[in-house]
Amino acid sequence: MTEDREALVRIVDVCRRYKRGMEEIHILEGLNLDVMNGEFLALMGPSGSGKTTLLNLIGGLDRPDKGSISIGGDHIEELSDRQLAPWRARHVGFVFQLYNLLPVLTAERNVELPLLLTPLTRSERKVHVDAALSVVGLSHRHRHYPRQLSGGEQQRVGIARAIVTDPSLLLCDEPTGDLDRKAGDEILALLQALNRDHGKTIIMVTHDPHASHRATRTLYLNKGQLSNSLAE
Amino acid sequence: MKYFHLIWSNLKRRKLRTLLTMLSILVAFVLYGYLCAIGTGLNAGVEVAGADRLIVRHKISIAQLLPQSYGPRISKIPGVAEVTHSTWFGGVYQDATKFFPQMIVEPEKYLSLYPEFLLSSQHKENWFRNRAGAIVGRKTADRFGWKIGDRIPIQATVWPKMDDSRTWEFDLEGIYDGARDGTDTTQFLFHYDYFDEARLYAKGMVGWYIVRVSDADIATEAAQDIDREFANSPYETKAETEGAFVQGFAKQVGDIGKILTAILSAVFFTILLVAGNTMAQSVRERTEELGVLKALGFTNTQVLLFVLAESCFLAGLGGVLGLGIAWAMISRGDPTNGALPMFYLPKIDLVIGLGIVFLLGAAAGILPAWYAMKLRVAEALRRM
Repeated sequence: MTEDREALVRIVDVCRRYKRGMEEIHILEGLNLDVMNGEFLALMGPSGSGKTTLLNLIGGLDRPDKGSISIGGDHIEELSDRQLAPWRARHVGFVFQLYNLLPVLTAERNVELPLLLTPLTRSERKVHVDAALSVVGLSHRHRHYPRQLSGGEQQRVGIARAIVTDPSLLLCDEPTGDLDRKAGDEILALLQALNRDHGKTIIMVTHDPHASHRATRTLYLNKGQLSNSLAE
Repeated sequence: MKYFHLIWSNLKRRKLRTLLTMLSILVAFVLYGYLCAIGTGLNAGVEVAGADRLIVRHKISIAQLLPQSYGPRISKIPGVAEVTHSTWFGGVYQDATKFFPQMIVEPEKYLSLYPEFLLSSQHKENWFRNRAGAIVGRKTADRFGWKIGDRIPIQATVWPKMDDSRTWEFDLEGIYDGARDGTDTTQFLFHYDYFDEARLYAKGMVGWYIVRVSDADIATEAAQDIDREFANSPYETKAETEGAFVQGFAKQVGDIGKILTAILSAVFFTILLVAGNTMAQSVRERTEELGVLKALGFTNTQVLLFVLAESCFLAGLGGVLGLGIAWAMISRGDPTNGALPMFYLPKIDLVIGLGIVFLLGAAAGILPAWYAMKLRVAEALRRM
């Protein structure tokens, strides 16, 4: 554990179980975690170890059965669904493995989506969109549809969408999982730059040890527990 | 408004499916427009019927004639203020497809009983004076391009002349307008005296009587008195209010209102299934996308409204276009060449149509929208 004042994410004694038929599966059991402000944390672990579940809990997409999750001082397990949605829009940016861009919207319209929830005018939204696309180096492709972009470019658009509202926390679920090594490296470099130059706190779930080397810290999740090294 | 692009883009996702659904909605509303216009045509007389007017016809059928001598007897019945008669001529102008109603009437009395037929006093005078004169409603005059002074030949199908000829010629002395929407301006009216003198048979007989009672409240009582007056005679009568008469006439082909409602219900139910299926498919296809929207911060209510807006927009596009096309086509006039003189789409039916459009949109979208709203984000993203 690190000092309280520096923790952006604080998870205390969190449990998450799922029911599969009559069977109850314990995904996370009494998990504790602090993520410091400005940290780039890589979460590794075998499939089914609960990495994505943990990421979903931190992002307010899922609720713990027990324990508390505090992000920037907000205890999100206490927020209702109605409160959680705007909270996510303000504080968290999501980057998905399969980019999850809306295929019917151009790159700039995809990036604009989170801004539709703000009171910004159309021209103000455009300024933010242009800035985000510029950060990911895709200004020149703003009018392209996802199908007209390569995997790496689509992921960049996904990152631009995640940062356009300037959230303090980026949650990346296997951001390079669907990319070749070169494109993956570019995405990792971009995430590193966002962490280093823009001060974004990043939690990245990955299977790839190569990707985890870009992070400032790597934790391993296995059988619902976190450790600093891969358990045997 | 800022969400419009998102809604529109989603509708463009499967262009062919959207187009076909929109077209099916469009066709349904064109049909709605036409059925409303037909209903209006068939019920028009009921709406414009005078509450203080009675129609007295032969008890067996309107096709059976009544003696002209009944007129003075009817006028003596208490509560009867005015009496005249009318007879169906049923002739053909040029060819049988150019149908319009021709009535044999007593000009002065008829116009007095039907003040909603507006004619200048000069034209009235001319008509009253000329035994071979006729007047016609504006719609029929416009249809055939008739002008006052024209000589109109009509071929009789029921009433030959004494010289066995079937051509009746009339001088057009006036063109009447309707005092209000729904007044029938397709009729062609001419003198009973001229007709009765020249016809081959059934002299002294008339089609039916039109009676004005002094007070609409005693209409039923007066009708009973009239029927009682002619009970057990060779020509028993059936007297009823004009509204009931017209309604009864329309009901000869069944209860128009019920038939139209049944057809429209079937059409809209089918369209509801089509549009509902489109929306359900559309939502199922983008479960993950809806999950992403929620992850980005869109609330459950917003997602519900997106899907509903999409459904209403699709229904609105097809429905408003369909109503517009129906209105434009119906405005071109009666497609039956005169069988429905009052063929138009009333404003109230347009407004009701617009209401149905958005009800249809909401009904088609509500289940998919509910599904989208209830969708749990983590679950939706797990399907990726």
